[in-house]
Amino acid sequence: MSDILLSLRGVSKNFGEGDVLRGIDLDVRRGEFLTLLGPSGCGKTTTLRIIAGLTGPDTGNVILEERDVTALPPEKRNVNTVFQNYALFPHMNVANNIAYGLRVRRAPKQTIRTKIEEMLALVQLEGFAKRMPAQLSGGQRQRVAIARALVCNPALLLLDEPLGALDLQLRRQMQLELKRLQEKLGITFVYITHDQEEALNMSDRIAVMNDGGFEQIGAPDVIYEQPATRFVAQFIGQANLMEARVTQIHENSLTLLHGDQTVLASAPSDGALKAGDSCLLCVRTERLHYAEMPHAPFTLTGMVMENRYTGGALITRIRLPSGEEWTAGGHGRADEAPAVGSTVHLWWDPAQAAVVGGGRGGA
Amino acid sequence: MRKRRVAFPPIYLAIVLVLMYLPILMVVLYSFNDSRTSATWAGFTTQWYEKLFRNQSMGQALLNSMQLAGWSVAASAIIGTLGAVGMSKARFRGKGAVETATTLPIMIPEIILGIAYLAIFTAIGLPLGMPALVIAHTTFCVPYVYIIVKGRLVGADPALEEAARDLGASSLRVFFTVTLPLILPAVLSGMLLSLAMSLDDLVISFFVSGPTSTTLPLKIYSGLKTGVTPEINALCTLMLGTVFLLVAFSQLMSAKRVKSEFKGGTP
Repeated sequence: MSDILLSLRGVSKNFGEGDVLRGIDLDVRRGEFLTLLGPSGCGKTTTLRIIAGLTGPDTGNVILEERDVTALPPEKRNVNTVFQNYALFPHMNVANNIAYGLRVRRAPKQTIRTKIEEMLALVQLEGFAKRMPAQLSGGQRQRVAIARALVCNPALLLLDEPLGALDLQLRRQMQLELKRLQEKLGITFVYITHDQEEALNMSDRIAVMNDGGFEQIGAPDVIYEQPATRFVAQFIGQANLMEARVTQIHENSLTLLHGDQTVLASAPSDGALKAGDSCLLCVRTERLHYAEMPHAPFTLTGMVMENRYTGGALITRIRLPSGEEWTAGGHGRADEAPAVGSTVHLWWDPAQAAVVGGGRGGA
Repeated sequence: MRKRRVAFPPIYLAIVLVLMYLPILMVVLYSFNDSRTSATWAGFTTQWYEKLFRNQSMGQALLNSMQLAGWSVAASAIIGTLGAVGMSKARFRGKGAVETATTLPIMIPEIILGIAYLAIFTAIGLPLGMPALVIAHTTFCVPYVYIIVKGRLVGADPALEEAARDLGASSLRVFFTVTLPLILPAVLSGMLLSLAMSLDDLVISFFVSGPTSTTLPLKIYSGLKTGVTPEINALCTLMLGTVFLLVAFSQLMSAKRVKSEFKGGTP
């Protein structure tokens, strides 16, 4: 049995107003939780619909369990979907919604009854079998939608922004529950969201999409620590970006020149950079520190422009000599804020500052 | 000043309602009037109803009308529903023109439709009578079902059908288990409206009924030539009662549906 459950090969789609998908390739591993993350309009929903069979690709192939299913209609694919607004059948009660897939497959009555009980227990909705969808809360509907999609044991479960309609607290709770459910059942999830926190929290791997293509596919920490493109660096987390030129390459670090200031960053693992190359440095806001005295083996000074206290974190805007404005935000108390207008020395651990596109797992 | 503004709407409303319902009330009153002429009230009686029920030709006309309505409502429900469902999914050039052409007959004067049916049935040699009536009534009822069902489909979530297919249902199964139950209220409203249109149609039936299939409105119309008899008043009262019952039933159905759809409240 192959490790790869689903493959997209050169899939493109055009709805007549420019390309929605530009020939994407994707491999989804058996049992993994893969998230398609991107801003609205990046093509992630179209990708999901092509996997489900609800939309046909213009070119390319969809290979599921080593079989080309590109031409198969959705009802013939071993894939189920949790739709964005749940799409529960409003004229059926919870039990009948869940049983729909089983009845279509003409499962015996006894099996259906046991399965309904099993699914209700799985999503913790025992006793709700006779309720109508309109009588349920958003979170409960969400659970019914998941139960309905899981009842036929699909090889792959597709989830289209399933938590988008829930409030923040419930969303956090459902994130945990979904992740636990996925680990317990071992079913492969392909999950769509535009919420980076959600993606980082739940995924085994994240595929960052932009403008109809993948920017980077990798584990959450790789995506966060070693963004492959400027887009990934800016879309995920808060990043300070700096154009710089490589002056020296050491074993584990790089010396970069920004204007007339020298800074250090971690060396890319692929060793693709040479001295004299220009590059883009990414320092996460919570990894950017400052002090009154020089601290690191390099000095970068800046002027404090503004302090904002956001409860638990102090966000400080600092202007570099080159005119760029960077943001430092970590743990801090409001009374620790540096005076606006004062000069501070910026520093970071070179191992925590990456050159964009220099890491593993580029697109 | 303020008081006058509040007082005006109820008065206006009362005038409109009286103007609308007074004539109808008169018909009901006269059907119980113990007098041959309508002019005076001569006491309560039910003799006109007894006379009506003994009238064989009137009974036959009622039967004809019911049979005609049954066939044409059923046919237009199927044609109109399939048309609306199909057109809501179809994407082709000139779709707008086809939609307009589908609903235009509602705007065409009945007298023109009547003449047109007569012309075409004569041209193709279809004898006037029940089959011709059913075809004519179906034709003018289809647009009503189509428009009402189409309206319901516009508000429907396309993800519901996709969810059903995603769960493994064939197109036919999706239609019967998801689409049809969701548009059923609209189909029923369309059928009720068609029923009313078919039952009271005089003009079109006048042209295509032929000698053997006299419908109730035709019968009443021919009876009028000898003056309005209390018997006809009684018949009209019964028809009114039936219509009111149907309307009450449909209102009750939709009220119940609204209640069940929103019971428990949405978050």
